[in-house]
Amino acid sequence: MGDYPSRSENATAGDLGVTASRTRAAGSGVSPSSYDEPPIGGGGALPKKARFSMESGFRGLSVSAGAMVLVIIVAIAIFLISKAAPAIGKDTENFLTYKQWFPNEADPKFGIAALAFGTLLTSVIALIVAVPISLGIALFLSHYAPKRLATPLGFIIDLLAAVPSVVFGLWGRDVFQQPVADFSEWLNKYFSWIPIFGGDGPYGQSIMLGGLVLAIMVLPIVTSLSREVFQQTPGMNEEAALALGATKWEMVRTAVLPYGKPGVIASVMLGLGRALGETIALALTLGLVFNISFNLIEVGGNSVAANIATTFGEANETGRGALIASGLVLFAITLVVNMGARAIIYRRREFRDSAA
Amino acid sequence: MSLLEREVSGVAMTPDNIRTRRLPLVANLGTAVAAIVVAAAVVLGLDLGNWVLVAVLAVVFYLIGISIVAGRVEGRRAARDRMWKSLIYSACVLAILPLASVVWTLVSKGASRLDGDFFGTSMNNIGARDPNGGAYHAIIGTLEQVGIATLLAVPLGVLGAIYLVEYGKGRFALTVRFFVDVMTGIPSIVAGLFVLSFWVLIVSPWFNDGQPRFSGFAASLALTVLMLPTIVRSTEEMLRLVPGPLREGSYALGVPQWKTIVRIVLPTALPGIVTGIMLAVARAAGETAPVLLVAGGAAAINFDPFAGNQSSLALFVYQQAGDASRYAPARAWTAALTLVALVLILTVAAKLLARRNRLSR
Repeated sequence: MGDYPSRSENATAGDLGVTASRTRAAGSGVSPSSYDEPPIGGGGALPKKARFSMESGFRGLSVSAGAMVLVIIVAIAIFLISKAAPAIGKDTENFLTYKQWFPNEADPKFGIAALAFGTLLTSVIALIVAVPISLGIALFLSHYAPKRLATPLGFIIDLLAAVPSVVFGLWGRDVFQQPVADFSEWLNKYFSWIPIFGGDGPYGQSIMLGGLVLAIMVLPIVTSLSREVFQQTPGMNEEAALALGATKWEMVRTAVLPYGKPGVIASVMLGLGRALGETIALALTLGLVFNISFNLIEVGGNSVAANIATTFGEANETGRGALIASGLVLFAITLVVNMGARAIIYRRREFRDSAA
Repeated sequence: MSLLEREVSGVAMTPDNIRTRRLPLVANLGTAVAAIVVAAAVVLGLDLGNWVLVAVLAVVFYLIGISIVAGRVEGRRAARDRMWKSLIYSACVLAILPLASVVWTLVSKGASRLDGDFFGTSMNNIGARDPNGGAYHAIIGTLEQVGIATLLAVPLGVLGAIYLVEYGKGRFALTVRFFVDVMTGIPSIVAGLFVLSFWVLIVSPWFNDGQPRFSGFAASLALTVLMLPTIVRSTEEMLRLVPGPLREGSYALGVPQWKTIVRIVLPTALPGIVTGIMLAVARAAGETAPVLLVAGGAAAINFDPFAGNQSSLALFVYQQAGDASRYAPARAWTAALTLVALVLILTVAAKLLARRNRLSR
């Protein structure tokens, strides 16, 4: 991966690059399964199609494997609901608006308001930080860097995506926490008149730390997908812009960015999906406090997934049900986000084969 | 200001000045140096912050400076071009910094416990004051869980991809394809909760006298849910690259479709399929949350994935990170180094295999 032909090298006018070779998909020929009955005439000597054969067996096997995906998604919803419903029934507070989490008491009180707020806030911060930087890297890799640099750098970015989240969490807690705490103190010193940088400490395991660690984790996803989209810009569009006298940035702005816009939106939404579901990195870097506060720099913050990981150990039966209920909410949110992203990608047929 | 004067006066259409004026490299470097000096003077003179702020301010000053200077010499549009180019380059530098820091920390902190003891012992009977203890049990757990998950996910994933490419037509295939893509985005913790509510709480009591039981196999099931969509997608992509004439040649010789797929299509696409599987395995090996929820974690060695708690490398890192013992961080970092080494070796091997693959681009 990463060995994409650069546009300028195979730049015959109208060259569609990768897209052209993909339009003739494999299996485009007539396969035996594409007609239900043998064609009329000339087939008299052919053996009759057997009702039960290896063919139908293999076919059934592969169809059921494909259907398994749908079965799993439906099963996830069903089993989560079946375990969540009794726990929500026992909840003495409103599940959606209550801010605290005491599901293991005699009269269980729990709600996901603070958790959902923390999840959204950390994800939004992560995206605000990560998206401009990722788009910068994606443009650098696809249009600015020399190929000798772009290939290994793209490889490194892909490796970054493979590093397990627990490692980022550990790094965020042991290494990144101190710089962020210093930065928070600095922000508080000069910008405490802005409410999000207010408060008087302590600093460290804050929403900001969690958000920044999430940003580092989201970065490779957004980068690799938007890089692929940028690389698919038709060479003709770019050359037309350059021929009209556009500078490189004007070419990027008028030819590459408009072409890649749906793909970029989709990649951002996929990054959002990853940020929303991130568990361990946030469990290690957030202050795990149940409150709703826009203060970014004071110790605090919690998220749905991090709460599941940190309180699962001491949960009783109702506690487990409550955690499963919060997981169900997370599942629903990420499902909607991902379906939106995929719907956008599918509308642009060009991205269908490359959007991993 | 001599540059400016020359621009105003020079109007003769000689070959020397008919081309657009370029900003000399000296001016570019000069702007950079000036930006750093000004930033350092402002920050350190007013005692606003440390060298990090100097660097940030220097970049800002450089961007302002270069757009003014280049605007004078080359014109407004070229100045904007330079500014965006600088921004894009600095984004790249900014992204490399955390990666370098992670790698450096992993190597420097992880090397301290990289000894035979770490790979040969478990955490059984290791108290808070014991400096030794190792991840043997966690490595066993990771290998068993990921191995079983691979055994479950590979046939299912490859068959699903075969359905999508070779048999799938119409609405149902489109739906399956769409949900495979959606499934790649399911958070790992949700997969863990699913297996918790399905296998651990409902199915496992049947085999265990009515008591729910954590097991490594449950973790494998959760990892299967996470690996399946990745394998389907990568295999599908590879199968689509197999040239149609290969299939048609096989059909023309009277070979039935299933045999064509098994004997012609799959072997042709095999290197690519293996690459995808290795990437999926690498991703699964690094998952913590599902193992935490359904395997329970354990301090002792447990070879049986079907009964009793098991740990895994990723879970070991998480548990040691939360441990109060002063020896725990070293164990956590060494385990993290082992885990990253395992994952990166798999990933790099997969990518090298992909590079040798004649089918892919």
